[in-house]
Amino acid sequence: MTQGQTALMQTRGLHMRFGDVHAVRGVDLDIFPGTCFGLLGPNGAGKTTTIECLEGIKSPTAGEVLYRGEPLGPHFAEDAGIMFQQTALQEFVTAGEMLTMFGRLYQRNASLDALIDACQIRDLLGREPKKLSGGQRQRLLLAIALVNDPSVVFLDEPTTGLDPQARRNLWALIGDIKSKGVTVVMTTHYMDEAHALCDQIAIMDHGRVIAQDTPDALLASTFDDVIMQLPRADWPAGTEAHSLQITEGPEQLQILTQDVNASIAHLLKLGVPLRNLRIRSRNLEDLFIELTGRELRN
Amino acid sequence: MFNPKRFYAVLVARNLEFVRDYASLGWGLLFPVFIVIGFAFIFNGQQALYTLGTVGDGKVSVEDLLGLDEALVDIAPQDDLEAAIRKVERHGLDLLIEPAAARYWINPESPNGAVLAKILKAEGSVVGLKRLPVSGDALRYVDWALPGVLAMNIMFAALYGIGFVIVRYRKMGVLKRLLATPVSAVEFLSAQLVSRLMLILVVNTILFVGLWLTVDFRMEGSPLLLLLIFAIGSTSLIALGLLVAARISSEELANGLLNVATWPMMLLSEVWFSMADAAPWLQRVADALPLTHMTRSARAVMLDNAGFTDVLPSLLYLVGVTAALLIAGALLFRWET
Repeated sequence: MTQGQTALMQTRGLHMRFGDVHAVRGVDLDIFPGTCFGLLGPNGAGKTTTIECLEGIKSPTAGEVLYRGEPLGPHFAEDAGIMFQQTALQEFVTAGEMLTMFGRLYQRNASLDALIDACQIRDLLGREPKKLSGGQRQRLLLAIALVNDPSVVFLDEPTTGLDPQARRNLWALIGDIKSKGVTVVMTTHYMDEAHALCDQIAIMDHGRVIAQDTPDALLASTFDDVIMQLPRADWPAGTEAHSLQITEGPEQLQILTQDVNASIAHLLKLGVPLRNLRIRSRNLEDLFIELTGRELRN
Repeated sequence: MFNPKRFYAVLVARNLEFVRDYASLGWGLLFPVFIVIGFAFIFNGQQALYTLGTVGDGKVSVEDLLGLDEALVDIAPQDDLEAAIRKVERHGLDLLIEPAAARYWINPESPNGAVLAKILKAEGSVVGLKRLPVSGDALRYVDWALPGVLAMNIMFAALYGIGFVIVRYRKMGVLKRLLATPVSAVEFLSAQLVSRLMLILVVNTILFVGLWLTVDFRMEGSPLLLLLIFAIGSTSLIALGLLVAARISSEELANGLLNVATWPMMLLSEVWFSMADAAPWLQRVADALPLTHMTRSARAVMLDNAGFTDVLPSLLYLVGVTAALLIAGALLFRWET
């Protein structure tokens, strides 16, 4: 999908240090126009620092960030829309007034009316941002990020803390943005979100990019098996697993296999009931765990 | 490049935030009224002692002059005749006597002065002395203190109003969100400065008119000149607030630094008492403080009908201080924690 295309944004040899902490260690990224690019990684992997370097909020200790082939300049802010992980807005000012204020900060503006409808915030305009629910607040912040009709939008964990309905709603809004040709760069902890929205992903760990491609290509290059899941209770007591590759969980057994037919035949031979058997292909969460390990991160 | 549209956007948002914060706005209006009314009650009582000023060489004895015990009369030697006469006009001195020139001054409207004159006459102390009447209402403590109270109110509104707001914005991430827009530090800071200045001038004008209608204080000079003094003085103190808040993101630290800035000015800037009798080095410290120049200039206009040229040196000093503080604040300013 990127053959022959010129990257809209690139990082080359990006490093970021905070005192003794080397948060980003030589990150190279290529982000193509009109795509949704996802930065994934465990806590402390360097995602937010990397995205803030891309946004121009932080200056890297070493390396460079290029936009349309040129280093980020003062005019980049006119072209970029940003939704931070945590954003506070002024108190005692309504959502509508905030939207107007941010609009005045840019030379180019989106149609406010269309933006208000697209982000479904018309009913919220007279309310203070601090009195909005999580989902309403994220929709307002997304509208503010889009107020300058940006070429590239940065979304740092946009759906963290939202309920499933609000998440799906925001996914739809992000899909709309992408469909209009706007480049989206996002970080997320949610693998289903990344799979649903991102054309390209980069998985970061310990400040480095450890994998970067389309989600399907990454899955295909990493896994050649599927997962069969059975409740533990369905496994006949005392039965040996023999040649099956089984992982035991608290409630379920997982059988990793490249040959589903042979494995099912094997299970039938062992007398394992198959009424609760589930078979699924590998997903990004498996990939994430495979690449970054299972240890708990802070 | 300074962009007026961006400046205006930030200015409007800040003004909306302030005027809708009714608790802060109400307190900003009421606090100085409480202080002034309180002081008017406390200090408007009559003095128990007579105060007799003397000019010229030679020691004057209360016993010889009045035939009274020294505890009953304060003898206050005066260096400057003009200033001493002004004190008589304002009832600061009950009577002024210059034995060497054979003359004395009295304000016929001063009851204490009238009593002292009678005693002097009865004792024969003023035989042959020329009686020179002067006129003027008594200068109450509230008259003397009010310019300082107004200036002090401005100081708190400027320093805490700008300092705490910027630290809070930084701590909450409001500044970080603005950093992601094309707005520059100069546009943002100047909008904060102008917003705060407008609000200080509006609030203090309302306060001034309210006090004028209720407390009846002395106002000899030009209100416009007083407004100019307060505008320039406010700007210098706002600039100091911007400098204090340039980098920090802790409200506790901001509070400490603002206390360090405000308390010396509270004590040394002649808000509550004159520094005329203080040690020379302390007077020099007081002379360096912006609040001192604002208070003295306001007092000169309100009590002595001072004109623009009289207060010009203080205004120029304040402009210089403002420029230095603004440059330092803009250079040190940081959007993020």
